[in-house]
Amino acid sequence: MTIDVIPFYLFGAIAVGASLLVIAQRSPIYSVLLLIASFGALSGLYVLLDAPFVAVIQIIVYAGAIMVLFLFVVMLLNAPHEEMEEDLAREAGPPRSASTGLKVFGAVLAVLFVVELVWALTRRGGESGAFGGASVTSVGAIGRSLFTDYAFAFEVTSVLILVAMVGAVVLAHREPVGGKAPWGEGAPRSGPGE
Amino acid sequence: MFMTPLLIAQLGLTLFVFIMLLNSAAVMVYVERKVAALLQQRMGPYLVGPKGLLQPIADVVKLMFKEELRPAAADRLLFALAPIISATAAIAAFAVVPFGAETTFFGLLDEPLRLQVADVNVAILVLFAIASMSVYGVVLAGWSSNSKYSLLGGLRSSAQMISYELSYGLALAGVLLLANSLSLSDVVDRQAGAWFHVIPRWHVFLQPIGFVVFMIAGIAETNRAPFDFPEAEQELVAGYHTEYSSMSFAMFFLAEYINMVTVSAVATDLFLGGWHGPFLPESMGWIWFLVKVGAILFFYVWMRWTLPRYRYDQLMAFGWKILLPIAVLNLIVTAAGVLYFGL
Repeated sequence: MTIDVIPFYLFGAIAVGASLLVIAQRSPIYSVLLLIASFGALSGLYVLLDAPFVAVIQIIVYAGAIMVLFLFVVMLLNAPHEEMEEDLAREAGPPRSASTGLKVFGAVLAVLFVVELVWALTRRGGESGAFGGASVTSVGAIGRSLFTDYAFAFEVTSVLILVAMVGAVVLAHREPVGGKAPWGEGAPRSGPGE
Repeated sequence: MFMTPLLIAQLGLTLFVFIMLLNSAAVMVYVERKVAALLQQRMGPYLVGPKGLLQPIADVVKLMFKEELRPAAADRLLFALAPIISATAAIAAFAVVPFGAETTFFGLLDEPLRLQVADVNVAILVLFAIASMSVYGVVLAGWSSNSKYSLLGGLRSSAQMISYELSYGLALAGVLLLANSLSLSDVVDRQAGAWFHVIPRWHVFLQPIGFVVFMIAGIAETNRAPFDFPEAEQELVAGYHTEYSSMSFAMFFLAEYINMVTVSAVATDLFLGGWHGPFLPESMGWIWFLVKVGAILFFYVWMRWTLPRYRYDQLMAFGWKILLPIAVLNLIVTAAGVLYFGL
C-alpha cells in the first residue's frame, strides 16, 4: 500500500458519503450542495487518474453549470422540505399504493441493476484502450477522437439534448401549443426579468 | 533536503500572492472612492492619513469591530458558508494567473521560477471552473438569508452569471485557437515581440472583438455596474448581501474586488501581452503587468461611475441576443483564419 492510495480513498469516501447523504437529506438545497461535493470528489479522482482536462470539465459542466440550474429551479419552486408533496398527497385523498405489478417490476429492475453493477466491478481490463491508445491527458487527443471516431455518437447526443429541451419547453408551457401561438402578434411575451 | 530553495521560493510566492490579493482589495476600495469623487467633483476620503491613504485600514478596523448579525430565520450553516465560498473562490482563481517572466531571484535559485502560483496546463479551464463555483456563494447567500431582497439578488445573479459565462468562454476560445494552448503562460509567451518592430504582437490586435466581448462579459461576471443587478441598491437594498454585516459582509466585498483584479489580470495575460512591453528588460516585466492591470481596473471604476444600470430584461436580451452571437461569429471567423491563413 503506497501513499498514493490515501487521496484515492479520501476522494472515494467523500464521493460515496456525499452521494448517500444526497438522498438522506430532507431539504432539496442541501441535496444539491452535497451532490456538488460528490462531483468535486469525482473530479479529484480524475486528477489522480492523470486526466486534468476531464477533471476540470467535470467541475465546469456538472458542478458549475448544471447544478446552478438545479439550484435555480429548487429556489424558484421554493420547496423547503419534502413533506410538501406528502401533504399534497394527503389532501388529495388516501395514499394510493403501487400495484403489485409495478412492485414486481421495480424489484426486478433493482436486482438487474445490482447484478450489472457487480458484473461491471468484477470485470477486468475490459474498457481500457477505449480511446484507441490516445492519451486522455491531451485536450487535442480527446477533441480529435470525439470529432472523428465518435462523431456520430457526439452528434446524436446533441440531438437528444435538443429533444429534451423542446420537451421541457412543451411541458412547461401553460397555453396549449399548436393553437394560437402565445408569442405571436397581439400577445406580447413577458421578458425573463418580468 | 526537504526544504529546497525552490520549494521555499514557491511557498513564499504563494504567500506573496495571497497577501497582495488582500491588499489589492484595500487599495481598490480607496481608488474606487477617490475616482468616484474625481468624476463627481468631490474630495473623496481625505481625513485619515495623507490624502486619505489610510482610509482602507480605518474601514477594515471598523468592519472588524462591528457586531455580526444573523436573521433569526436564516439557514445557519449556509448563511455562514456563503461568504466563505465567495472569498475562497475569488482568491483561488488567481493561483493559475502568471504575472511575470521566469526569474531566479538574482541568482538565488538554481533553476528559474515562473511568477505564478501553479502552472497548470489547463489553466484557462481551471479559471473558468472556479468562476463557476463562485456563483454558489452569491446564490446561497441570497437563499439562506431568508429575505426577499436577498433571494431576488441571488436569483438575478445566478441567471446573469450563467448567461454571460457563455460569451466569456467563447471570447476566451478565440485566443485559445490563436495560441493553440490552454496554458496561460504559453499564451503570454506567444505575444512577445512586435510586428514590423512597431506594433506589439498582442492578441488584442488580432482579436479586437474578442477583447470587447471578454471585457463586457467580465464586468457582468463580476457583478459590476452597469451590470450590478444582484445588488441594485434602488430596487433590492443591497441584493444578496443585504442581511450580512461585519466581517462576513467584508468577505463579499473582498471577493468582488479580488474578482475584478483577477479578470483584469486574465485580460492582460490573454489580450494585452501580459508582462511583455517595450523599454523594460524581461525581468522587470511585472511592472508592465501592473501598469496594464491598473489601467483595466481604472476603466472598471470609470465605467461604474459613468454609466447608469441597465434594465434587467435589457441585460438578458443583450447577453443572449447580441453578445453571444457576436462571440460565436468571432470564434468561427477566428477558426477559419487559423485554418486557412495559419495566423
